[in-house]
Amino acid sequence: MAVSSPERVGARDAPSSSYRLEQPAPGAPGAGAEGLGGRRGYLLFAVLGASVLAVAIGALAVGRYMVPLGEVFRILVSRLVPLHRTWTVTDQDVVVLLRLPRALLTVVVGAGLALCGAVLQAVLRNPVADPQLLGVSYGASFGGALAILLGLSTVALMAGAFGFGLVVLVVVFVLGRSAGPAPTLTIVLSGVVTGAFFSALVSFTTYIANPETQLQSIVFWLLGSFATATYSADLVAGVPVALGAATVLALRWRLNVLSLGDEEARSLGVNPQATRWCLLVAVAVMASASVAVSGAIGWVGLVVPHLARPFSGSDHRRLLPAAALLGAAYLTVMDTLARTLLPTELPVGILTAVVGAPTFFVLLRRHHRRAVWVDV
Amino acid sequence: MFEVVGAGFYYRRGAWVFRDLSASVPDGKVLALLGPNGSGKSTLLRLIAGLVAPKEGEVRRSGPVGFVPQLQWSSLTYSAFQMVLMGRTRLLRAYESPGRADVFAAKAALERVGLFHLAERPYASLSGGERQLVLIARALAGENDILAFDEPVSALDLHNEKEILALVAELAREGRTVVLSAHRPEHALGFADQAVALFGNGEALVGECASLLTDDLLARLYRAHVRTFSFRENGTVHHAVVTW
Repeated sequence: MAVSSPERVGARDAPSSSYRLEQPAPGAPGAGAEGLGGRRGYLLFAVLGASVLAVAIGALAVGRYMVPLGEVFRILVSRLVPLHRTWTVTDQDVVVLLRLPRALLTVVVGAGLALCGAVLQAVLRNPVADPQLLGVSYGASFGGALAILLGLSTVALMAGAFGFGLVVLVVVFVLGRSAGPAPTLTIVLSGVVTGAFFSALVSFTTYIANPETQLQSIVFWLLGSFATATYSADLVAGVPVALGAATVLALRWRLNVLSLGDEEARSLGVNPQATRWCLLVAVAVMASASVAVSGAIGWVGLVVPHLARPFSGSDHRRLLPAAALLGAAYLTVMDTLARTLLPTELPVGILTAVVGAPTFFVLLRRHHRRAVWVDV
Repeated sequence: MFEVVGAGFYYRRGAWVFRDLSASVPDGKVLALLGPNGSGKSTLLRLIAGLVAPKEGEVRRSGPVGFVPQLQWSSLTYSAFQMVLMGRTRLLRAYESPGRADVFAAKAALERVGLFHLAERPYASLSGGERQLVLIARALAGENDILAFDEPVSALDLHNEKEILALVAELAREGRTVVLSAHRPEHALGFADQAVALFGNGEALVGECASLLTDDLLARLYRAHVRTFSFRENGTVHHAVVTW
């Protein structure tokens, strides 16, 4: 080994580190990032929670038959404590029998769909992920359409939608099990393929449906609507959505780690396969339950997490609850518009798409500038 | 410390990347993995880190391994602090989120690598050197006895290369066991105690850096003319490797 002169190289030696010189300022940075805490975090959830409540109560008052807001409050309170009656029977029936179950359903489905989107976007590391990308929505649509085609009851319709949504998940699981080097891409591809298959089956059911009796109800149901909301539908959607939401919220920190990719997740002590399938099952349960009660409503799971991220950040400890609340408020507003904008009721699925697509486009452009999402 | 005992690995049956490889690295020592591209450095590193299971033999470790990957992108942007906090996940139950102690440990780790002032900055907006430091802080936050670095300086300029390698050496002096894959042999000569030379055809040599990494071996390893130059300044020996 030859020895060169020390001066030549030594002279180039850079001055001391630019990294080490900085002394940490006590307190400030990092403080806001502690869990859900931080004043900004609580404020965000307080504002979102209040808007869900406000929007839902507004939805009880607004419609072709207007009920004064004061009466809405009194009617709601009278359910719990006896009040002197100042409202008409029609007021009470509209609020309690029609609008309240409907508002509850939009809250439940909106929160569920938003959670589905937020979870899928992280798990599949894909900003355009939503339950439709996973194919679950198409499977559930087929299940429901099939039930209408066979002339079965509402219960069977819900069961069919729920069951076929889960069937799609199993198919995606089997197809995507041969993980390979890009497991999330395999899952997306399996979902797209399975979704396309069930989408064709849906087309087939509409093709052979009786145009006099069945076709219209299939099409109306497929477009997505809350017109048939009842308290039992609230329960049918509410229980699975609550179970799914509890699962994904429990795993909210692992979701952060999983979104870094499988190898990093493994090196940080997370089993990526098991965690991912836990989350996907929860998503499929929530998405199937939503389709079962309201048909396939697109663009909520996709758009709402993108709407929430600028306020909540990417950390899923905040993003998940924020997206759920925002989704609940968003879908309730959309549904209220859907039944008030035109003389006849508009299927809400059309409205969410018409509003969602341009919103999504604007959000993606803004996020690019703010680097909320980064290209590969 | 960690010990590799008769380890072998293949991707396709019959085509061993390496076989019957044994090495023992005590606390506070550094092992460098050398070889041309595709020779299995990353594979061996992942095997030592426990991310990949050996096809034969075994790896014994005194404690958990903190894995520092090559510079990563993430489509979702987390803050530097959040990235470091993720290093605590190993110590949490599946449904648990980090608590006060974890936040404290993550802040301490960021401080340790000198990036506390960038805690709230989005990870994706940091420079390459800063990102590498965040990933190192993440491994430190996990209270790992062993640190595994995947080509820690391959994407960095000279200044950052020096900073990162100096930090790696310091972390080893504090008693951690370090293994790193290196795309250039001078990183092994300057910082490592032992080295593994992987030829990619199943052959692998293990030894003390100074005695193993001769010009002849490096020439055979990289299939190029290689000469090593060394000089001493302030009591430290520095190395430069020239190929043609």
